[in-house]
Amino acid sequence: MENNNYAIETNDLSIHYGRFTAVKSVNMKVERQKITAIIGPSGCGKSTLLRAFNRMNDFVPGCFVTGELLLDKQNLYGKTIDPVEVRRKIGMVFQKPNPFPKSIYENIAWGARINGFKGKMDDLVEQSLRAAALWDEVKDKLQESAYALSGGQQQRLCIARTIAIQPEIILMDEPASALDPISTLRIEELMQELKKNYTIIIVTHNMQQAARASDYTAMMMIDDKRAGSVIEFDDTKTIFMRPSDKRTEDYVTGRFG
Amino acid sequence: MSNEKISYPEGADFYSALRARYRTAAIWLSIFLGSLLIAIIALTALIFNVIDGAFGYIAYEYKNPPTEFTSTPVNELTKEELLTVLKDNLSSGAYKKLDWEKPMESRTQADLLELFLERLVRIDTKGTWKMTESLLNGAEIRAEVAEKYPDAILEFRSWLTPQFLVSPMSSRAEFAGVRTAILGSLWLVGIAILFALPVGTGAAIYLQEYAPKNWFTRVIQTNINNLAGVPSIVYGMLGLALFVRVMEQFTSGAMFGVTDSNGRTVLSAGLTMGILVLPLIIINAQEAIKAVPDSLRQAAFGVGATRWQTIWHHVLPNALPGILTGSILALSRALGETAPLIVVGASTFISVDPDSPFSKFTALPIQIYQWTTRAQSEFHAIAASAIIVLLVLLLSLNATAILLRNRFQRRW
Repeated sequence: MENNNYAIETNDLSIHYGRFTAVKSVNMKVERQKITAIIGPSGCGKSTLLRAFNRMNDFVPGCFVTGELLLDKQNLYGKTIDPVEVRRKIGMVFQKPNPFPKSIYENIAWGARINGFKGKMDDLVEQSLRAAALWDEVKDKLQESAYALSGGQQQRLCIARTIAIQPEIILMDEPASALDPISTLRIEELMQELKKNYTIIIVTHNMQQAARASDYTAMMMIDDKRAGSVIEFDDTKTIFMRPSDKRTEDYVTGRFG
Repeated sequence: MSNEKISYPEGADFYSALRARYRTAAIWLSIFLGSLLIAIIALTALIFNVIDGAFGYIAYEYKNPPTEFTSTPVNELTKEELLTVLKDNLSSGAYKKLDWEKPMESRTQADLLELFLERLVRIDTKGTWKMTESLLNGAEIRAEVAEKYPDAILEFRSWLTPQFLVSPMSSRAEFAGVRTAILGSLWLVGIAILFALPVGTGAAIYLQEYAPKNWFTRVIQTNINNLAGVPSIVYGMLGLALFVRVMEQFTSGAMFGVTDSNGRTVLSAGLTMGILVLPLIIINAQEAIKAVPDSLRQAAFGVGATRWQTIWHHVLPNALPGILTGSILALSRALGETAPLIVVGASTFISVDPDSPFSKFTALPIQIYQWTTRAQSEFHAIAASAIIVLLVLLLSLNATAILLRNRFQRRW
């Protein structure tokens, strides 16, 4: 019964670059409609792990994955699975806002169109922008360039673009690290709104952000062979209040990293 | 760590050091300025030299003044009048021979006028002078001509006239024009770009977006870079062997039912030029594709695009201005190249316009080269005029390409 509550499960998931193992045997169960944060010092493989979830690492030459990544009991690295399908089901928001150099409208419509969306595009655009709390700010300038928006607005547009293709999971790779505190807060509020419908996995450098915005937290650390691994994964309160690993405690209290 | 005190010059010491620093800067600045001046002087000299040759005095004599044949002034003669004059004054044998070469009725007024001046009036150029000579030593030239050739007419003329642009080739500099050469050059550049732009862009897309990064790709990449520097005559040899000889069935048009031609066509030359500019276009297109930020590709992949959708909808549109910049460079190169054309077999004397890919042809650089090698100074004058035409053509083709590029360059 509990199994149905997991959006993604990993079984001994390891990520290698050629002979070098970047992330070692990750076993995580990510709960549906919750926000899971991945924290850890720089270079510990947080982003690498996140990108493995929607097979963005496929583009990195020499990168390959061992172990299993299960979405609805299906191994996303299985032979019959096309990475394009994975990325449609698991959307991604990047560290730096990267809207397409097109109009605001086109930014949302393009993804929908290439994925074969057949409904009313205007409605989809409005719905997605509303869901990303951007509609009121841009409704009168849908045909204007997405580059004319502020950084925070651009990042919310990227979220709207991701929502528009109706993924099951949204991955966020430090989505607020390039934004000012107010825009950051808006993104965090938006995440709380989005988790009603989506499962969110977020990589963050910002301890406070992980503490206030996430339900679960995975702590990653690098070993002496420079391979990252998840050393502790629990609900966020436990990680920040009563971590069981000394290294986690040192890190979240600011004594390390 | 040593405990020595760190000290910097202060006060007067500081200022004397500062003056020395400024002096060094001033020396370098003057070197840079000097380099710029040299470049400007070289370019000015080039343009001046060309213009200097295209205008100036010409002294000529009529062996038989035109008034002996007709009362109408020479430049107002109509086709009909010319026909009558020629028929009346040429020996019937000579007329029949001309008529047999090309029926007199079907010739243009310019052709007939040329025949009239060449065969009957027998214009005879005594000398030409460059623009600066003509302007500065006008009096001396007039005196000299009056003394040496009392019957000669001395005129200050521009060799670059509308007539020059629309006339075909002629054996007499006064009547020669560059129409055939302009059309030949346009055909040539057109075929070269039509061939090289899609092929080069395709190769660049493959190399940049698909090719695995291994030693084989690196070998190919290095070769492409080196090919860009191969002397153009080598491409001429390739064109001769491949397009003129091996692919003659295709390049002569025999495959398409054209019978009166061999492989030395504008198509062969255009394809040779296409191969010549291919490395240039590939390298530029690669740079343009490389300049498209990866974040854009990731954004597209992130919403479930395939690689091709990413390339077609995002990479190519954003790389297009850069690709077109490369094709501008390629165009300039193709327009100015001479050596491969000589090898591939451009005609040096041809008065028939190219009207299909299977035509014989000549091109502007070929004409210029040919005219500058002639002994008579009037040919040097029309060579200078043809250079001006070539430069203007180059600038206008480039301007077209830049306008096209700016149209595609929708800034967001």
